[in-house]
Amino acid sequence: MIALRSLWTLTHLTLHEAARRRVLLAALIGGLAFLALYAIGLHFVVRESGKHIGTNLVERQITLNVLTLAGLYVVHFLTLMSAVLLPVDTLSGEITSGVIQTVASKPVRRSTIVLGKWLAYALVTSAYLLLMAAGVVLVSRGIGHFSPRGVDRGVPLMALSALVMMTLSIAGGTRLATVTNGILAFGLYGVAFIGGWVDQIGAMTHNQAAVNVGTIASLILPSEAMWQLASWHMQPPIMRDLQLTPFSPASVPSTAMVGWAAGYVAVVLLIGLRQFSRRPL
Amino acid sequence: MNGPALETERLRKRFGSKLAVADLSLTVGRGEVFGFLGPNGAGKTTSLKMLLGLIAPSAGRGRLLGRPIGDRAARAKVGFLPEHFRFQDWLSGRELLHFHGRMFGLGGAALERRASELLARVDLLDAAHRPIREYSKGMMQRAGLAQALLNHPEIVFLDEPTSGLDPLGRRLVRDIIRELRGQGVTVFLNSHLLGEVEATCDRVAFVKQGRVVHELRLGDAPAGLEVELRVAGLSEAGFAALAGHGSDLVREGEVARLRVESEDALPAIAATVVAAGGRLYRMTPRARSLEDLFLEVMGQDQRPG
Repeated sequence: MIALRSLWTLTHLTLHEAARRRVLLAALIGGLAFLALYAIGLHFVVRESGKHIGTNLVERQITLNVLTLAGLYVVHFLTLMSAVLLPVDTLSGEITSGVIQTVASKPVRRSTIVLGKWLAYALVTSAYLLLMAAGVVLVSRGIGHFSPRGVDRGVPLMALSALVMMTLSIAGGTRLATVTNGILAFGLYGVAFIGGWVDQIGAMTHNQAAVNVGTIASLILPSEAMWQLASWHMQPPIMRDLQLTPFSPASVPSTAMVGWAAGYVAVVLLIGLRQFSRRPL
Repeated sequence: MNGPALETERLRKRFGSKLAVADLSLTVGRGEVFGFLGPNGAGKTTSLKMLLGLIAPSAGRGRLLGRPIGDRAARAKVGFLPEHFRFQDWLSGRELLHFHGRMFGLGGAALERRASELLARVDLLDAAHRPIREYSKGMMQRAGLAQALLNHPEIVFLDEPTSGLDPLGRRLVRDIIRELRGQGVTVFLNSHLLGEVEATCDRVAFVKQGRVVHELRLGDAPAGLEVELRVAGLSEAGFAALAGHGSDLVREGEVARLRVESEDALPAIAATVVAAGGRLYRMTPRARSLEDLFLEVMGQDQRPG
C-alpha cells in the first residue's frame, strides 16, 4: 500500500516535471506546426487531384493513403524523439545534482523511483502519440475524406516502438551521463533504421544475407520493425502487394517481433532497475 | 529502543583504486548529539552515505536503529539533510514538504499539520507558497532541514547543515539541534565548522582518511587549558619549575604559554613564579578550542582541502 502510494507520488511529481519541460513544449509546438503543414499540403493535393481527368478512385485512395502514412511516419519519428529526449536526464540529472539523495534515503525502494518515472513518461509519450496520430487521421478524414484502415492496430504498435525508446532512455540514465545516454539511444535507432532498409532491399533482391543483417538490427532495437508492421496494417492489400510505395514493406516483420519488442521493454527496464539499485548515489 | 542508535564495524569503501573510507568503527548512543569532524576529503560524506544506504560499503558492517544499514524500515525513522540540499525548484516550500512527507508514508491532515508546524519552526511560513527557486541559499537549507524532520525521526543526519547560513540561520539550526536532543532524538552532525560543533555536540569523533583517529566527550573540559603568562626576571630554574606544572611550555620573550589540566593549577603556578623571583604582570587561562585540538589531531601534514 505504501509502496503503491510512493509509486504514485513519484509518478505524479514526474508528470508535473515533464509538463514543465521546454522539451515537451517544443515537441508540442513542432507537432502542431507539422499538423498545420500537413493539413495545408493535403488540401492542395486534394484540390489538384480533382482536376486530372485520368485520376480514378483507386489512385486517389492510394495517394491519400500514402500521404496519411507519411504523416503518421513523421508522427512516429517525432514521438520517438520525444520518447528519448524527455526522460534522458530524469535520472542522470538528479544523480548529478544530488536531488536523488533525499528521495533515495526515504523508505522507498530504488525500483519504485525508476518505475514511478517510467510510468510517468510512458503516459506522456503515449498521450503525445495519440494526440498527434489523431491529428493526422482527423486531417485526412476532414480534408481528404479518407479514413485509413487498421489505425487501431497500427497506433498501438507505434506506441510500443516509442516505449522501446523511452525505456532505453530511462534505463540508460541509471548508469550513463545524460549526453552519452542520448547519443547511445539515437545510435541504436540509427542501427535499426538502416537495418530496416537493408532488410527491405535484401527482400526485394532476394539477398538472404542482407535480410539477416536487417533482422539482427531489428533484434538489437525493434522500433523500426514495429513501424513497418504498423504501416503494413494501415494500408490495403493492393498497396502491400504491389509494393508501390516506401511504406509497403517487401518483408513484413513477423508477429513474433511484437513479442520481442514487448519482452525488450521488460528486460531493458529490469536491467535499469537492477543497475539503479546497485548504483552509488 | 534498545542498543545504540548507530554502530559500525570496520566499514570500508573503495571507489576503484581510491580508498574513500578505510576503516570506520564507531558507536553513537541513543539521544546523543554526535559530531563527525574531519578535513574535506576525509570521507565524512561517503561514510554518511553508507549509513543511509545510498552507497553500499565495500567491506564491514553496521547497524542503524537496530537494523542493518540500508534497511528500508529503519529509513522510515531517519531524517537526512544532504550537504547541498536541492530539489525540483518549481515546487513551493509547502509542496516540497508534502512530497517528502508522502515519501515517508504520511498524508492527509496529519501531513498538512506537520508541514505547517515545521515551516513555522524554520521560519519559512511566509515563503511557503513561493517556488523554491526564489529561495536564498539559507532558506533552501532551512527547507531541507524541515524536510528531514517531517517523520519525527529517531535519528537525524545533518551534512554541513550550517554551510550557507547567516548567523541567524546558524543559531536557528543550533536551537533545533538542542530541541531534538531534548526530545531524545539522536543527531549525527557532519561538519567542519568547529565552533558549531563545540556549541552543540555531546561527543565528537575526528576522522582522517576514513578512520576515526580521536574521540572526545565535550562535556568534560575537553582539551584542557592553556595559560599565558607575562613574566619578567624569571631564571632558567624558575622556568623549569614552571614547566613542571603542565606540559608544552613555549617561551617568546617575556610571554610563556603552558598547557595545564584544569584551572586548579593556576594558584600554584603564580606561587612558583613569585617564589622564583619572577615579576608576574599577567596570567590568562584560556580553554583550548576544538580548533586547536583539531589541528593537533590532524597533524601538520594536512593541507587545506
